[in-house]
Amino acid sequence: MAEETGKKGKGTIILNKEICKGCSYCIDFCPTHCLEFSKDFNRKGYHYPVLARPEDCTGCDLCGLYCPDYAIFGVKFKDLEKLGSAAPAA
Amino acid sequence: MHADPKGVLTGLHFIDGDHAACEGAIAAGCRFAAGYPITPSTEVVERFAARIPLVGGVFIQMEDEIASSIAILGAAWAGHKVMTVTSGPGLSLMMEHIGYAAMTETPCVFVDVQRGGPSTGLPTLPAQADMMQVRWGSHGDYGIIALSPNSPQECFDLMVKAFNLAELYRCPVFFMMDEVVGHMTERVAIPKPEEIEVVPRRFTARKPGEYKAYEPGEDLVPEMVKAGDGYRIHVTGLTHDERGYPAMNPQAQDRLVRRLVEKIRANAHKLVDVRQEHLEDAEVVVVSYGITSRIAAAAVEEARHAGVKVGHLRLVIVWPFPEALVAQLAQRVKAFVVPELNLGQMVREVERVVAGKAQVVSVPHAGGTVHQVEDILARILEVAR
Amino acid sequence: MSTAALEVTLPTLQNPLYRYLRQDRIPHIWCPGCGIGTALNAFIRALDEMQFDLDKLAVVSGIGCSGRVAGYLNVDSFHTTHGRAIPFATGLKLGNPELKVVVFSGDGDLFAIGGNHFIHAARRNMDLFVVCINNFTYGMTGGQVAPTTPLGATQTTMPYGNFEPAFNLPQLADSCGAVYVARWTVYHVRQLAKAFKEGLSKKGFAFLEVLSPCPTLYSRRNRLGDGVDQLKYYKEKSVVKNGADTREVELTFQGEIVVGKFVDRERPTWLDAMNEHFAQRFGERYTPYGVRHED
Repeated sequence: MAEETGKKGKGTIILNKEICKGCSYCIDFCPTHCLEFSKDFNRKGYHYPVLARPEDCTGCDLCGLYCPDYAIFGVKFKDLEKLGSAAPAA
Repeated sequence: MHADPKGVLTGLHFIDGDHAACEGAIAAGCRFAAGYPITPSTEVVERFAARIPLVGGVFIQMEDEIASSIAILGAAWAGHKVMTVTSGPGLSLMMEHIGYAAMTETPCVFVDVQRGGPSTGLPTLPAQADMMQVRWGSHGDYGIIALSPNSPQECFDLMVKAFNLAELYRCPVFFMMDEVVGHMTERVAIPKPEEIEVVPRRFTARKPGEYKAYEPGEDLVPEMVKAGDGYRIHVTGLTHDERGYPAMNPQAQDRLVRRLVEKIRANAHKLVDVRQEHLEDAEVVVVSYGITSRIAAAAVEEARHAGVKVGHLRLVIVWPFPEALVAQLAQRVKAFVVPELNLGQMVREVERVVAGKAQVVSVPHAGGTVHQVEDILARILEVAR
Repeated sequence: MSTAALEVTLPTLQNPLYRYLRQDRIPHIWCPGCGIGTALNAFIRALDEMQFDLDKLAVVSGIGCSGRVAGYLNVDSFHTTHGRAIPFATGLKLGNPELKVVVFSGDGDLFAIGGNHFIHAARRNMDLFVVCINNFTYGMTGGQVAPTTPLGATQTTMPYGNFEPAFNLPQLADSCGAVYVARWTVYHVRQLAKAFKEGLSKKGFAFLEVLSPCPTLYSRRNRLGDGVDQLKYYKEKSVVKNGADTREVELTFQGEIVVGKFVDRERPTWLDAMNEHFAQRFGERYTPYGVRHED
């Protein structure tokens, strides 16, 4: 759930918000502090991260490295484009 | 399938029960054993340690019986036929892993060379006092199979059977020896490998993705796999579903645990192995097993000479208890006499199954030596009157 | 570019870690902020970077929150009894030496009830990679004191503060003969992934201690905040000292944490020693053990 600011960083996050448990690792350890808690809740009642400042996201995937729940991962746009033309891994 | 010739010492031997049991295991295809020294069982693994390097396999003396009893389960999941060997105090330590083996349906053989108990007891002297423990010792409901040899020859022959049963039923199988059978030296004839019938592990033919780890067959036993073949199995001691995944709810519990018990109970008719003597016209039946059966046999012969219509029912497979056979006998005989080297264990099964239709007399013994023929004969004569 | 737009163009794009997990069991049972998931995450990264043959990997765990790791990995996995993962793993490895066998368990499981098995496997240099997720507590059962609980911390069975000294796990492993000993925390995600790669490649008894928060029990009962607060503590108080003397890396309550790779040496494994020994003893008559076995 990225905000439409019209600006674009080097990457973005892919989030499966329903398995997030709101632990805040990704938010606290993102090197560019581009993540924040959402205002709303997922089905389990947790706030999940949103890309508050998408222009600051470098797609470094540190959020993905920290996530204990495998809910979030970061990806660089250039890698996404490559992935886009190939079949995604099952 | 026939025994692997590499492990079979065909020929005539003069060896004790412990040694013969080791040869039986190797002939059956056992190539991994883990154990811990405990009198009077140690010779079984000592011989295994000496034999296995040139047969091909591993023996490891683990740091305790707890480690031994689960190391064998790891090796079983790597594909091996496995055994551990112990006596009373060690069997007590192994209880948790007996339950784990039953719950995960891991084929394995536990040899218990029984000695006087409880606790440290009489390390070098016989008893048969682990018979109930072997059936009920681990917590929860589950089924097991237990055999009782009465000679070194049987220690060889029945060990092969024990391993075969472990493969057929995917459960812990117990080899209930005792110190006398273990340490008595007799003639043991080891046949040619092509004369030894060995049941191979029931590996599935299904591909990964099609196979479900705990989906039972018609006989209530699931097919097996081993680690490293791409099945990506999950094995847990938690109550689990047919995929092997933890399923902690009453429905899964009912499905799984009932099957673990029924696996043996429903197949009990295939698991009857007894030796019968003079039962056709018997009015009194002596029920015995293991070393006691040799003294009981002598008592039965003497009683017969004295004109008593007594028969002898020797249990070779002790668990599952041959309920149908004993219930049938109870319809027509007057009394059962049950000598055991304990203060009354299998006699309780006889009592339960006879259900009051005949008299049941225990001939207990606290252990430390075997019965005198007179002790058993006296009780036979008493009930025959 | 919003993620919603991305989902339209690549609807099946999912976390590449998922192929290592039993997806039908996610989300897992660990609490919000529990570090076990992060430790497992680093392990998966290591497997991915090494393009590890998952069919040759077997994971064995004990009982406890850390013991649940086995259940989530999409490899041959064994959830065994409390404290006995190591002897099971020993049998599994000796049964099929071609398997890479990794033990994943917790501090109580490996060092209280499992302590004896740990020291013997290390002594023998059994070829096992043992990962201890150390959260200083028995989490699954509600937060009891463990052999690693620092002096002074409060747990349910030490309700007035722990007065028992704690183990120094790297020292214990080192003194028992482990050939690889390292400690990291779940804050050190990159070093942790690297340590997992090293452990997976190491022949012999490799030991990795991973400090991890238990927000629900250890942290809460000691008023240490939640998972993120513990990670911040790890970040602040960790000091990297590769090659440190393991006698000097003991932990205290909220004190300095020495992390790094402390031991990396070579010794023959149990199996190598066995094969070498019997080859010497029996010469030509002995066939080295370790080839895949069909029954």
